[in-house]
Amino acid sequence: MSQAVIQFKDVVKAFGRQTILDRVNLTINSGKTTVIAGPSGQGKSVTMKLILGLLRPDSGQILVDGQDISRMRSKALNEVRTKFGVLFQGSALLDSLSVFANVALPLEERTRLGKDEIRARVLATLGQLGLTGHEDKYPAQLSGGMRKRVGLARALMLHPEIMLFDEPTTGLDPEKSLEIYNLFLETQKKFGYTSIIVSHDIPKIFNLADQVILVNKGKFNTFASPEDIQQSELPEIQAFVQSTMGKVYLSREME
Amino acid sequence: MIRYLEKIGSTTIWLLGDLGRMGSFLGLGLGGIFKRPFRFSAMIRQVRLIGANSFWVIFFIAGFTGMVLGLQGYYTLRKFGSEGALGSAVSLSLIRELGPVLTALMVTGRAGSAMCAEIGIMRNTEQLDALECMAIDPFRYLITPKFLATIISVPILTLFFNVVGIFGGYLAGCGLLGVNPGAYWSGMEQSVVNQDINMGIIKSFVFALVIVWVCAGRGYFVHVIRGAGFGAEGVSKVTTQAVVLSSIAILIWDYLLTAILL
Repeated sequence: MSQAVIQFKDVVKAFGRQTILDRVNLTINSGKTTVIAGPSGQGKSVTMKLILGLLRPDSGQILVDGQDISRMRSKALNEVRTKFGVLFQGSALLDSLSVFANVALPLEERTRLGKDEIRARVLATLGQLGLTGHEDKYPAQLSGGMRKRVGLARALMLHPEIMLFDEPTTGLDPEKSLEIYNLFLETQKKFGYTSIIVSHDIPKIFNLADQVILVNKGKFNTFASPEDIQQSELPEIQAFVQSTMGKVYLSREME
Repeated sequence: MIRYLEKIGSTTIWLLGDLGRMGSFLGLGLGGIFKRPFRFSAMIRQVRLIGANSFWVIFFIAGFTGMVLGLQGYYTLRKFGSEGALGSAVSLSLIRELGPVLTALMVTGRAGSAMCAEIGIMRNTEQLDALECMAIDPFRYLITPKFLATIISVPILTLFFNVVGIFGGYLAGCGLLGVNPGAYWSGMEQSVVNQDINMGIIKSFVFALVIVWVCAGRGYFVHVIRGAGFGAEGVSKVTTQAVVLSSIAILIWDYLLTAILL
C-alpha cells in the first residue's frame, strides 16, 4: 500500500475575484506517476506552485509527507523543498551559466561536496542523459529537447523524492516528446521518485500514469486509469477528452 | 461614479501592496548580507560590472562637467573680479552636489537598467522560481551581491568623479583661460572642509541604496507590476519605469539630504 506524499485538503486559491481552485482535494501517492491535465488557464500551474510553496492557499491545507506547508515559515519550507525536483515548462536554466554550472548549482549551493566530487557527479549525470560534450555550452545554444534534458539533470542532482514536470513536452515534436517521456520512465526507475506531470493534453502520457487528475473550472476529478476518463459521463470531461483525444474516444464508442 | 471610486480604491490597495513588497525587498536584500555562505566572488563580479566598467563613462562625464564648470564659473566670477575663487567654486559644487548626483544618475542609467532587465528576465523565464525550488535563496544568491556591490561602487565612483572633475575645471580655468593655478588650488584647499566631503559621501551611499533598491526591486516584481504587460514588453516597460523612478528618487533625496546636512 503506497503512502500519500502530497495531500490537498479543501484548498481554495483566488486571484482578485477569480477563484482558481475551489475547495480542491487531492491525494498523490508515493512512487506513483500522477498526471494533472486540463485545458490551459484552469489552475494547473497554480496547483504546481502551491505544491512547491511558491504560492500559498487562501484557505485549506497542503500536506507534504504529512507536514502542512500552507502556513510554514520560509526556513522550514526550504527544508521541505529539498524533497522536490522541478522541470519547468521553459526549463528555467540560468541563462548566464553554462550547462555544467547549471547542473552543478544545486550541489554547490546545497551540499558541502568538494570541487572534484561535484565535477564527477555532474559529468556522470550529464552522461546518463546523453549530454556528454555539451557541458560548456550555454542554454541559448541548445535545442528545446536538450534544454529539457539539462533541466532534468539539474533537478535530479539532489536525488529528489518527488519530481514535478510542468508541460514537459510543450514545444517539442512528437518524436522528441516520446524521447523525453522515455527518459522520465528510465530515470524514475533508477531514482524511484514520485512523479507529477502537469500537462494540457493527455494522450501521449496515458500509458505512463497511475492516476490522472483532470482539472476543470477549479474542480478536480481523479481517475484511476485512462479508461475511466473515457467512460466518464461528466459533460466537461467528455468535451475535454473529445477535443484532445478525438478519434480514440469516438472509435471506442462506435465499437 | 462608483466605478471611479472603485478605481481609486483598487489603485490605493495596489500601491500599499507595492510599498509593502518594496519594503520587504529592501529588508531581505540587506538581510542577505548576514546569511551564510556569503557569495564573495559573486559580489566582486558585480563590483566589476557596476563599478569598474563605469570607469570611462564617469571619467568623460566628470572631465567635461568640470571643464564646463570652469568655463561658466570663470565668466561669472570675472564679472565680480574674483576669478581667483574659481577653485573653490568648482570643487564645492562638485563635491557637494554634482559629483554624487551625476554619478548616481549615470550608474542608474548604465548599471541600474541592466540590473532591472536581468532580474526581470529571470523572473519571466521562471529562473527565480527555479532557484527557490532548489531551496536556493534568490536574495542571498542574486540580489544581495548587487546590493553590496552598488553600495561599495557608487561612493568610490563619486570620489573618482570629484577628482577628475576638479582637474577638468583646472584644465579649462587655468589651462585655457589663464586663471592662476596657485589661486585655483589654494582656493580649493581653503574652502573645502571635511563636512563637505562627508556630505558628498553620505549622499552617495544613500543614492546607491536607492538605485539598487528601485532597479533590482522593479525587476524582481515585474510579474505583479500593474499595467506593465507581460514578457519582453513587461521587462522593457519596467526597466524604463525603474530608471525614471530611481532618477526622481535620487533628486528628491538630494534635496532632503542637502536640507538636513547643510
